[in-house]
Amino acid sequence: MLKESDRIFTNLYGAEDWRLKAAKSRGDWDKTKDLLAKGQEWIIQEVITSGLKGRGGAGFPTGKKWSFMPKEEGMMPRYLIINADESEPGTCKDRDILRYEPHKLIEGALFAAFAIGAHVGYIYIRGEFHQETIHLETAIAEAYQEGLLGKNAANSGWKFDLYVHRGAGAYICGEETALLESLEGRKGMPRLKPPFPAVVGLYGCPTIVNNVETLAVVPTILRRGGDWFSSIGTPDNAGTKIFCLSGHVNKPCNVEEALGVPMKDLIEKHGGGVRGGWDNLLAVIPGGSSVPLLPKEICETVLMDFTSLANVKSALGTAGVIVMDKSTDVVRAIARLSKFYMHESCGQCTPCREGTGWMWRMLMRLAEGEGTSEDIDQLEEVTHEIEGHTICALGDAAAWPVQGLIRHFRPELERRLRKN
Amino acid sequence: MKNELVKGQKKSVEELNSFAFSPENEAKIPEILKRYPEGRQASAILPLFYLAQRQCGGWLPPSAIEKVTEILGMPVIRGYEVASFYTLFNLKPVGTYHVQVCGTTPCMLRGSEALLSACKRHLNIECGETTKNGVFTLSEVECLSACANAPVVQINDTYYEDLTEENLINLLEGLASC
Repeated sequence: MLKESDRIFTNLYGAEDWRLKAAKSRGDWDKTKDLLAKGQEWIIQEVITSGLKGRGGAGFPTGKKWSFMPKEEGMMPRYLIINADESEPGTCKDRDILRYEPHKLIEGALFAAFAIGAHVGYIYIRGEFHQETIHLETAIAEAYQEGLLGKNAANSGWKFDLYVHRGAGAYICGEETALLESLEGRKGMPRLKPPFPAVVGLYGCPTIVNNVETLAVVPTILRRGGDWFSSIGTPDNAGTKIFCLSGHVNKPCNVEEALGVPMKDLIEKHGGGVRGGWDNLLAVIPGGSSVPLLPKEICETVLMDFTSLANVKSALGTAGVIVMDKSTDVVRAIARLSKFYMHESCGQCTPCREGTGWMWRMLMRLAEGEGTSEDIDQLEEVTHEIEGHTICALGDAAAWPVQGLIRHFRPELERRLRKN
Repeated sequence: MKNELVKGQKKSVEELNSFAFSPENEAKIPEILKRYPEGRQASAILPLFYLAQRQCGGWLPPSAIEKVTEILGMPVIRGYEVASFYTLFNLKPVGTYHVQVCGTTPCMLRGSEALLSACKRHLNIECGETTKNGVFTLSEVECLSACANAPVVQINDTYYEDLTEENLINLLEGLASC
């Protein structure tokens, strides 16, 4: 269990005020100027030492990403983009940071911007988050008022302007290059990589895109040291992480825990247990809708970190833990995810545009007992036709949950085949 | 949760033919444009669409799309492209209250299908339809990212969380009598 003294998000549940004064009393914006004075190299090095990996789903090492920014100054401006387009089913952590801990994010944005040499940052927040946008905009206004943002941010001599940009209801804009397209005023359709945004990003300029949670933990890492952060968790899986527990648990919640916490502990201790008891568990999707589900026998022992979940052919993703008890129609539950991806596919790549619909229709046919045994194999084939054949990872994300279903619940699919 | 809904004004056919930003909204435009670098004013298309949509009572008539593209100096077709890509822009009028039931798996596991059926029964409409009195529009939407408080329904700007059929119907009745 995470020690109380190692907790970063002390106001995750909004028990206290989220505004600047209260945030400062919790330690935000403390000696920000002194930390900035240690220089760009020091900040990047501390973040590399901390072992922090991106919290938005892909888990790319944050310090390494920052170090990809071109070293030479150049004529072009640089941009910091904060990805607050949280929309992965099962994930609701950034929402609570935005509404209850906005100053952790804003301060983290200043550190990141300084480290990568950006004077302008945009927070791309999902359009549905109306209340969260108000909190964020208010917090930014407070920061400007106190001189923590603007021409001489936190008295550091660094100019940093931060703006909020509302998305408009497109899951795909959580993909970093789609987000950039959207921010430039176009449809959110992903770009080919390379070039990566660090080289050609917003308006063709060097750009770093980071998730909300990633940046919100940076100030605490810099204050307490990269070594402190890396001492939490398991090897290669450093630090704390906010887990989102949803579905059939007695107490759905967001909770900050050390990476590597056993899934069973997470569900039993923080989620109040599976509805009807642990033995009533059917399966768990451990990292948001894009990752393959795991059946109960794996859930008994698996640890919640990048490495352990990869070893059981799933992933930590966003750490959105969706719990399903034995009353769940698992075929329909996964079919509903396929419908989600069908709805959210931007339509740019044929395998994803057509394939997501194929998967949904075939799964519904199987769910309703109209499927034939060839359908299962064909469904699996369709997932492989999509996976790896699209510009962005949405295609993969749509294919993996279906592959997970076939991998672990093939007998259930076969049981439902048309009997004639 | 507090009811923070603003009753949208009923607007209709005249907006199909002409749209102008209200003086109050007009004053906000330079502020919005300032957030983006010189020559990159296309970035302001989403914020300006939001402004227009709110002024029109929750939808974007063609004339508003055209007005925004004119302000931003971009081809009209680009405006239609963007407006039709993003689900939060309504291209036809919606009721005073747009009831958006989240139907994705985390909400489904906690009873969103029953909520949606209850809404359909209570309002006597299907998804995508508006009640005859123009008060309610019903939609099924994808994940609202409030999964720890499922099932969730968004009505205009506000999330209503941890809902049961009973308190959702009570809520709809309350809104209808506002």
